[in-house]
Amino acid sequence: MAASKTDPAPGIESVDPGELKAELVAKYPTKVGRKRAKQIVINSVDECGEVPEIGANARTIPGIITQRGCSYAGCKGVVLGPTRDIVNLTHGPIGCGFYSWLTRRNQTRPDGPGDANFMTYCFSTDLQDEDIVFGGEKKLRQAIREIYENFRPKAIGIFATCPVGLIGDDVHAVAREMKEELGINIFGFSCEGYKGVSQSAGHHIANNALFTHVVGLDDTASEGKFKINLLGEYNIGGDAFEIERIMDEAGITVVSTFSGNSTYDKFANSHTADLNTVMCHRSINYVAEMMEKKYGIPWIKVNFIGAASTAKTLRKIANYFEDEELIERVEKLIAEEMVEVEKVRREVESRCAGKLAMLFVGGSRAHHYQDLFAEIGMKTVAAGYEFAHRDDYEGRAVLPEIKVDADSRNIEELAVEPDPERFNPRKSEEALSRLKAKGFRFKDYDGMMAEMASGTLIIDDISQFETEKLIEKYKPAIFCAGIKEKYAIQKKGIPMKQLHSYDSGGPYAGFKGAINFWREIDRMVNSKVWGYLKAPWQESPELTATYGWE
Amino acid sequence: MLLRHTTKEIKERKALTVNPAKTCQPIGAMYAALGIHNCLPHSHGSQGCCAYHRSALTRHYKEPVMAGTSSFTEGASVFGGQANLLQAIDTIFTVYEPDVIAVHTTCLSETIGDDIPQIAKKAETDGKIPKGKYVIHANTPSYVGSHVTGFATMTKAMVDYFAESNGRKIEQINIIPGYVEPSDMEEIKRIVSELGIRSVMFPDTSNVLNRPQTGRFDMFPKGGTTVDALRSTGSSKATLALGRLASGPAARALDAKCKVACEILDPPIGLAATDAFVDTLRRMGGVSVPESINTERGRLLDIITDMHQYFYGKKVGLVGDPDQLISLTEFLVSIDMWPIYVVTGTPGKKFESKIKEITRDVPHEVKVASGGDMFLFHQWLKNEPVDLMMGNTYLKYISRDENIPLVRFGFPILDRVGHSYFPTVGYRGGMRLLEKILDALLDKTDRESPEESFELVL
Ligand code: SF4
Ligand code: SF4
Repeated sequence: MAASKTDPAPGIESVDPGELKAELVAKYPTKVGRKRAKQIVINSVDECGEVPEIGANARTIPGIITQRGCSYAGCKGVVLGPTRDIVNLTHGPIGCGFYSWLTRRNQTRPDGPGDANFMTYCFSTDLQDEDIVFGGEKKLRQAIREIYENFRPKAIGIFATCPVGLIGDDVHAVAREMKEELGINIFGFSCEGYKGVSQSAGHHIANNALFTHVVGLDDTASEGKFKINLLGEYNIGGDAFEIERIMDEAGITVVSTFSGNSTYDKFANSHTADLNTVMCHRSINYVAEMMEKKYGIPWIKVNFIGAASTAKTLRKIANYFEDEELIERVEKLIAEEMVEVEKVRREVESRCAGKLAMLFVGGSRAHHYQDLFAEIGMKTVAAGYEFAHRDDYEGRAVLPEIKVDADSRNIEELAVEPDPERFNPRKSEEALSRLKAKGFRFKDYDGMMAEMASGTLIIDDISQFETEKLIEKYKPAIFCAGIKEKYAIQKKGIPMKQLHSYDSGGPYAGFKGAINFWREIDRMVNSKVWGYLKAPWQESPELTATYGWE
Repeated sequence: MLLRHTTKEIKERKALTVNPAKTCQPIGAMYAALGIHNCLPHSHGSQGCCAYHRSALTRHYKEPVMAGTSSFTEGASVFGGQANLLQAIDTIFTVYEPDVIAVHTTCLSETIGDDIPQIAKKAETDGKIPKGKYVIHANTPSYVGSHVTGFATMTKAMVDYFAESNGRKIEQINIIPGYVEPSDMEEIKRIVSELGIRSVMFPDTSNVLNRPQTGRFDMFPKGGTTVDALRSTGSSKATLALGRLASGPAARALDAKCKVACEILDPPIGLAATDAFVDTLRRMGGVSVPESINTERGRLLDIITDMHQYFYGKKVGLVGDPDQLISLTEFLVSIDMWPIYVVTGTPGKKFESKIKEITRDVPHEVKVASGGDMFLFHQWLKNEPVDLMMGNTYLKYISRDENIPLVRFGFPILDRVGHSYFPTVGYRGGMRLLEKILDALLDKTDRESPEESFELVL
């Protein structure tokens, strides 16, 4: 894929992206169209890898049917949701808690029957009329006591929903007070749904609170020679399990995952790892940055989506540790795993190569999953994120240029200083320059666009209307998005794969995951069902007299 | 164990809800609004609520669920959402071109106190509502009632905004089906027309949330009650409302506004409720009941007769919405099952007394909770188990932990299909329910009976 960066992707010549963009924009009221125009970009990658600017992390215009959710969803649902032993208490009316109850398919595997697991539970203060009028803090305090009496958790997280912010309940004050009273760790998240412009704000809020209240609480040195944290991996469909398997075999210790299959204790101990590896850059880069500043743990971007990407990631981690044995072990592992991978890849490629894919989802998957498609010869003709920022599209080099607008300004940026006792640069200056000289890059994320062909369409926060138009023009073999988009697309006769929850199935990460994904895509794009859309009498409606009665 | 922290010991809770048996108003309003033809539901609040409601409905129906949102940001939540709603109305009529935008509020816009009619008026004055198009609204704060309340309020809004009486009655009956599945709405219409009665049903989500795969996506599908039909409801002879909570307010509003007399019945789930439904229809329409309906009734009775031994004395735990639970409990009692735990999350004292009354002859203590949750329900089960549970998909965690068979019934059903295609109302619906109940009970028997008593013929 990288070799043909400047060439147009084949199969899309019939569509003029410029014309299509104009058509999309023209449908909106003028002002709205002008705003959308900034978020719809025709990709062009020049020889130095420069890409055009895209509007991102901007408000969704009211009335647009958007994929986006809220900050609460990003905070409670995405980042904290997969941790099994923290009781997540939604402070608000019942709905927010109800909808985020078990709907994301993140798996967890408790250590035996005695281990805590609250993920199957939904906790809410279920605010009523009188609480809205007189304030809900009293009810919140009481609810926390009742959690303690009934469940005895190690920790409780309190999540503020929209009305809570408005009536002025201070979840942080209540958290402090109750922490004192009960002697367990209790912390609040001001993740009211109106904060920011999407789930993204909630990720940041979650990162801040985890970093402030949990990370660093347990200094017990973690075991293992090569210790990493896996950041931004949420164990949807068991992805983290497959990555853990690979790490085990490679002899790399995952101290903590943020936050797939995670526990409170592992977060608390995560600062003892020697490297942070970042999967979903959008949702978790804040923790990576803060841990580097406070504890001296460097971070690198990794990607376990795609077999080649997984191999590349493993090599990168091994190179970071500069250990010959590890490098060898990793090579051996890759070689072993690739046998089966290659077999399935070839087989699926023979049925899928040349077909078109579109990915509009999340804040990293619309990028990562392109690798999996590319490996079976499928072309991504259009892609975009639901809640990413410019750096996720254009690469981190663009960070200094990003203007902080009113919606981002009210999400707190923590001022982090090196920890007086625990700051410990994991690599000496000398080692760093040695690594860099070998081409090793830290904090490296070049974004989605540089890896996509010129002439492809990049659309941020795509709307329902744009989705339909895109499908009509390109007739892709598969479209990837979320549950809200799924059935409208499938009604058009195009298979739709959910890349938030994966519909069903998984894992799709790592080597086994690649195999699973390819089999799934093969099943979807080659399903017989798409051939049944017309009944025989709709195909040839003319009548004959063969069975006429005299 | 999936619910490993649920204990037998029940401690009183005053502030904490665990594993709710209800959800919030707007989703009910959104569902109801999808039952208007060419209508786009619109969530006036932050975009998260809308995303959640659409996702939940989509997972339940496996169908497109389209809705707009006012996408509040912090500014809007401080200064009010007028600018957002005005923009939304403009965007929606320009881009998606519905006939009706049905606005419901969220906790946020309710707490702020946005005045929707006033904003809609402004949109009209600004020329943002094209001629012949409508913006209607319902106030749906989730800190009151539940999803059922939201459904009821949006259904009532259809009356408030559209129903008109031109002084002359027309030969038709209004049917308000209640918060039931599209398949149920279809079945109710079928029974009404089988009786030879002309009717208008609202809302009507059949052919919206159970539409066929055709290779085409229509933003606004064939189904849904048209605005013209809604208008005509004010001139109908009578209204038959099914479900006191879900349909009562609309029926009474129609009576007050257009003098259309109404009867409010429990949803026609099971024998007695369907009998009442058919009998009322017959009297309202002045028709006699055709043989075809008698046959359906007879078949339902036949299953009860033939399989009575498997129902008799079986203890059942129910979780769901008040209207449906009332009919369902009555049905189970009528076939000699013992519904001993009945839980709804929707608050309302009347529910408890009604269930107590229906179950008064059940020879076992019956526990009822309105405003209860599934955690409490599970604790009851830990103290005394039941033979069968009926309720939404979340019960499957209890079902697996306690090895109690589950019949999926209600909202949401996230892991099976069928509910949107096959009704549980009417006599046929009753037959389907019995089939499901028997399958669940007998599959367990077959799985667990000792080899010597494993039987071919049951
Ligand atoms: S804020 Fe209110 S309307 Fe929105 S999801 Fe939560 S409970 Fe429902
Ligand atoms: S109320 Fe706010 S926090 Fe709750 S779902 Fe809606 S937008 Fe999100």
